[in-house]
Amino acid sequence: MIEWVGAIVQGTLLGGLYALFAAGLSLIFGVMRLVNIAHGDLIVLAAYLGLSTTLMLGVHPFVALIVVMPLMAAIGYALQRGVLNRTLGPDILPPLLVTFGLSVILQNALLEGFTADPQKLNGGAIETASLAVGGLAVGVLPLLTFAIAVAVIAGLQWVFYATALGRGFRAVSDNQDIAQIMGLNKAHVFGLAMALALAVTAIAGILLGMRTSFDPAIGGGRLIFGFEAVIIGGLGNLWGTLAGGVILGVAQTLGAKIDPGYQVLAGHIAFLVVLAVRPNGLFPRVEH
Amino acid sequence: MSARVTRSTRASRVGTVVAALALLVLAAAPWWAGRADMRLMGEIYLYLSLACLWNLMAGYAGLVSVGQQAFVGFGGYMLFALTIFGGLHPIAAILAAGLLAAMLSVPIATLIFRLKGAYFAIGTWVIAEVFRLSFAQIQALGGGSGSSLPVGVVKSLAASRSGREALSYWLALGAAVIVILSVYLFLRSRRGLALTAIRDSEVAASGLGIDIWRTKLEVYVVTSAFTAVIGGLIFSQKLRISPDAAFSVNDWTAFVIFIVVIGGIGTLEGPIIGTLVFFALRETLADFGTIYLMVLGLVAIVVMLKAPKGIWGLVRDRFDLELFPLSYRVRKRD
Repeated sequence: MIEWVGAIVQGTLLGGLYALFAAGLSLIFGVMRLVNIAHGDLIVLAAYLGLSTTLMLGVHPFVALIVVMPLMAAIGYALQRGVLNRTLGPDILPPLLVTFGLSVILQNALLEGFTADPQKLNGGAIETASLAVGGLAVGVLPLLTFAIAVAVIAGLQWVFYATALGRGFRAVSDNQDIAQIMGLNKAHVFGLAMALALAVTAIAGILLGMRTSFDPAIGGGRLIFGFEAVIIGGLGNLWGTLAGGVILGVAQTLGAKIDPGYQVLAGHIAFLVVLAVRPNGLFPRVEH
Repeated sequence: MSARVTRSTRASRVGTVVAALALLVLAAAPWWAGRADMRLMGEIYLYLSLACLWNLMAGYAGLVSVGQQAFVGFGGYMLFALTIFGGLHPIAAILAAGLLAAMLSVPIATLIFRLKGAYFAIGTWVIAEVFRLSFAQIQALGGGSGSSLPVGVVKSLAASRSGREALSYWLALGAAVIVILSVYLFLRSRRGLALTAIRDSEVAASGLGIDIWRTKLEVYVVTSAFTAVIGGLIFSQKLRISPDAAFSVNDWTAFVIFIVVIGGIGTLEGPIIGTLVFFALRETLADFGTIYLMVLGLVAIVVMLKAPKGIWGLVRDRFDLELFPLSYRVRKRD
């Protein structure tokens, strides 16, 4: 019995990581209706940038965030203004295919630069530290990951609804042309949205790299987890995305408890069940 | 002055004659081509078929899937399962795989058609992952490490090695011809017209009384069935299957998408041109491994941004050419 409770707790905390995968995806879809197929590969890129930083500067992965976050944000802004802005329009094919091409390029560039060998970020003592909570040992790193996910989502909510930047995001999301007339440069706003999304991705990548080993090929899987969290939670609802991540994480750990081979499969099945029963997700944003 | 409406053009009539002659020459390849060349050509035909099918879905029905590897792998696994456990002849197994895929695709479609646009794309990918993980659990088919086609099954195709090679070559060529002709005839039919209307404007098409959901479902089911057949053919050549090879997103979807985008999406000629370009690139750059894939991705991005209608789109706009006569033309009667 306690093992099952343990699995649910582990899954909930894992859900925090998936919510971080999903937050960037959700943000850019909300602002510019762009679904970035390369999102998972960008998470992996962030992990590799974290690896390079920790090795070169000899710092802890969390400290590496000081370098990796601005770097990913800059990459995001450049990517959006240089490439992705040209793909936006009524036709969904260009953004889809361009980000798909980007995904293949990123994967192979990482393969070229870092080989296919699995890598890991060394988080030191925090990786194995755990707290005893009512007979359960809860890892400090997963707990911290979950706390960071909550903080990031609260932060994104605050940016969206309490700052001028967020007002810009919401304006271009509602109507790009009118936002433009009101003096917003939508190309710049989109660039900022992608920069913010990839800054979140940097956090996700570093946490991923400390939790498990990674290699250039795992991006697609991370994209799918993030996507499933978004759809389970309901499009356009960031707290829903956190709930979606938790549901996905719990499904996976419960699946793994039955048979290790079922871990990822159980997550996919939970997603398909939600899609069958509640096609708009569990907590869709109320249209107003 | 009177006018008449035609579909054929001089280019299309010349094209038909050239294509028929080329087909005769290609069909005779076992008598003039070497072993390696035949293998390569067989692979080209199968990729061409996959590209035509994906183009029908994405270019005409607006169903941009990145999960067609689900059906390629399914077809391959059904070939293995039905010959090993069902005792079926390989060709019968491949055809049965197509039927099973069609049946399976209906419930899948009712589920993932709930997702729109790009989310549909990722949804198809999830389905492909479910397939991969499920087949990896089947120990009788080798689980995660896969299995080989037993010698007896291979021999039942043809007793001699050269006979088998000729047969799989003809099967691949036949499959490509059937796929291209089916897509062509479908697009010329009443339903094809409905599909083209949906491609141009869903709102207008539905205003004209076209059942969009149903039309898309038909395309999805037919494409899935054909894709599974092609998958069966692919793995009848490879003789070995594993979940990672069977459900590879790079091999069966990324390359296919690049082929269609580079050649020209939403045209019948595009996949043909794209396949030729893809294999020309592959044969010259394959030694560079990862660099080759990066170049391919880059070419696809540049084409999508600079010439979204692909190579064939450029040719068509410049010379008003159409090898597969799909559009109607009004001509002055002399």
